[in-house]
Amino acid sequence: MVELVISGNYAQSYAAKLARVQVASAYPITPQTSIVEKIAEFVASGELQAEFIKVESEHSALQACISAAALGARTYTATSSQGLLLMHELLHWAAGARTPVVMGVVNRAVAPPWSIWTDHTDTMAQRDTGWIQFYGESNQEVLDTTLMAFRLAESVEVRLPAMVTEDAFYLSHTVEPVDIPSQEQVDAFLPPREQSSTLQVGTGMRLGSFTGPDLYMEFRHKIARAMARARDVFLEVEDDYARMTGRNHGGLLPTYKADDADTVLVTMGTATTTARGVVDAMRADGHRVGLAKLRTFRPFPTQELRDLASQVDRIGVLDRSFTFGAAGAAFTEVAGALYTGPHRPLLRDFVAGLGGRDVTEVTVREAFLDLLTRDAPESQWVELKSRQEAP
Amino acid sequence: MARLSIPAVELMRSGHSACPGCGATLVMRYMLKGLGERTIVTVPACCWTVIGTPFPTTALDVPMLDCAFEATGASISGLRAAADKMGLEDVTIVGFAGDGGTVDIGLQALSGMLERRTDGIYVMYDNEAYMNTGVQRSGATPEGAWTTTTPVDEFSRGKPEPKKDIMAIVAAHSPPYAATVNVAFPEDFVKKIAKAKAIKGPRFIHALAPCPPGWRYSSEKTIEVGRLATDTNMFPLYEIENGVYRISRKLGVAKPVAEYLKTQGRFAHLTAAEVAGIQAQVDARWKRLLALEGLA
Repeated sequence: MVELVISGNYAQSYAAKLARVQVASAYPITPQTSIVEKIAEFVASGELQAEFIKVESEHSALQACISAAALGARTYTATSSQGLLLMHELLHWAAGARTPVVMGVVNRAVAPPWSIWTDHTDTMAQRDTGWIQFYGESNQEVLDTTLMAFRLAESVEVRLPAMVTEDAFYLSHTVEPVDIPSQEQVDAFLPPREQSSTLQVGTGMRLGSFTGPDLYMEFRHKIARAMARARDVFLEVEDDYARMTGRNHGGLLPTYKADDADTVLVTMGTATTTARGVVDAMRADGHRVGLAKLRTFRPFPTQELRDLASQVDRIGVLDRSFTFGAAGAAFTEVAGALYTGPHRPLLRDFVAGLGGRDVTEVTVREAFLDLLTRDAPESQWVELKSRQEAP
Repeated sequence: MARLSIPAVELMRSGHSACPGCGATLVMRYMLKGLGERTIVTVPACCWTVIGTPFPTTALDVPMLDCAFEATGASISGLRAAADKMGLEDVTIVGFAGDGGTVDIGLQALSGMLERRTDGIYVMYDNEAYMNTGVQRSGATPEGAWTTTTPVDEFSRGKPEPKKDIMAIVAAHSPPYAATVNVAFPEDFVKKIAKAKAIKGPRFIHALAPCPPGWRYSSEKTIEVGRLATDTNMFPLYEIENGVYRISRKLGVAKPVAEYLKTQGRFAHLTAAEVAGIQAQVDARWKRLLALEGLA
């Protein structure tokens, strides 16, 4: 093991190299570019013996990966924001064809107005596509989770595509010390893929096909079951990874000081790190507060949230995206998971940090204090500028 | 007795779900005869999505991978890369797409695949409209043709615009090989496919696929209509090898396009003046093709 000081984007690139990706395909978009530039360097130097297909769009990038993965290759792509939205059709395709493509996504706001800074609208808009979704909090977690994502996606019980996201600039362009596992360790953890048993040269088999109302639902149900299995398989994969590296990032819903808390804020990505400091400070003031981090959004940690709900009075969700006409995307999911469970604590939705607005300790404290003192059915947009003009 | 040059091998089965007289089935059949069994076919949304028969059956004896409508070129590149990494370097990767999936929605991915010099074959079977969705006009629909979105009525005389010249677009990418083929000329068809197979790099085949329901002719006339398309110079047979044009079939005097147009209901509304206008365009395109051949 060696420690490098690298960006979140390079953490993605190093993970792809260590995974011995066979086919990579990508199209440039800020702030994803340095991921694929580094992969291009790895290929150019011979450190990574992959075919790197430089395509003319993100749509083609994902199609190339899907077709390569359908034949049995280990594939990787990376994108962001508008690029991910252009891929949307193919995201459904990857899951439907059961191709275990792994993708790095740098979470970036969606235009217009143009913004290259972070929020989670781009990936939240992909929640129904059948992709496993991990949200990274640190560069180390991004590298580790990407390696785990390959193993999880490719496992026979799952066979679904997976994305590992990182907040634009907070991780993508910020360097942190990252432990890099050795190639031997990763080779033992992640054996090579096998050639497709469907697309066998010389045999008449079709992958994709079409089907009528008599079978379509059953195909969908298979995906639903695979995603449900992904929950337990991931925990096994993380255990294996922890045995190898000594690092366990805490499963689907890692918590912080939640055991004796009566009030918990649900966070995603880098806002979690800031919120930890706020929890410490508020605890010093006598508030029994804690955190739960949505590390996976798909599969959604329904059971973990219900367990958490059994011991707390209030749960707030800090959303970095908003579903217009409804509420924060994460909030609606948390609410859905808890309403059908046995415990229903008070729920609040806080929208913050859209388009790269900093989620500071002040932001998180404001949300916490509001959560502690108020009940409100509507989403609370935190630190919104006060001058609101007419529509 | 004449010796047939067409291989006897059949990699497409008779158990398919095409319309009677479908030209697109013949394109697939002849293509696979020319390519042989070490072939992987990738197919976007098109008639062949349905012709290939529903799960769990297939009409082909080679693997077929469905891909997104607009992404055939990218699918070819992905399969090629994977095959090369997995010890399947000898396998031919072929994309098999309709005209709408190629000249319209799939043009970008096709251009990308050609520019990247992907070692694969792109076959466009051209039935000159969106036939799988019920005869809507595409960029490959010829001028004057009736379709459901270019009706014939007081303010509409069929498609007002000429057919998009996909071969010129492909040629602008300087691929090592591009050719037009026609199901009515199977020897020429299979010969060109076999030639394409032996070449490395991006190759493009433009295959005319007459369509009885879409073109409005009786299903037993597919070969007759197809022959007239070439023999009237509506659809000339030629190849472009490393930039060099060679016309594969030249008649001393081509038949008048009226003979072709009158075989199909989609052109039945055309006046003598409109037919003359189409004739003038066909003559101009033929002259240009002769000039391109003359550059060699």
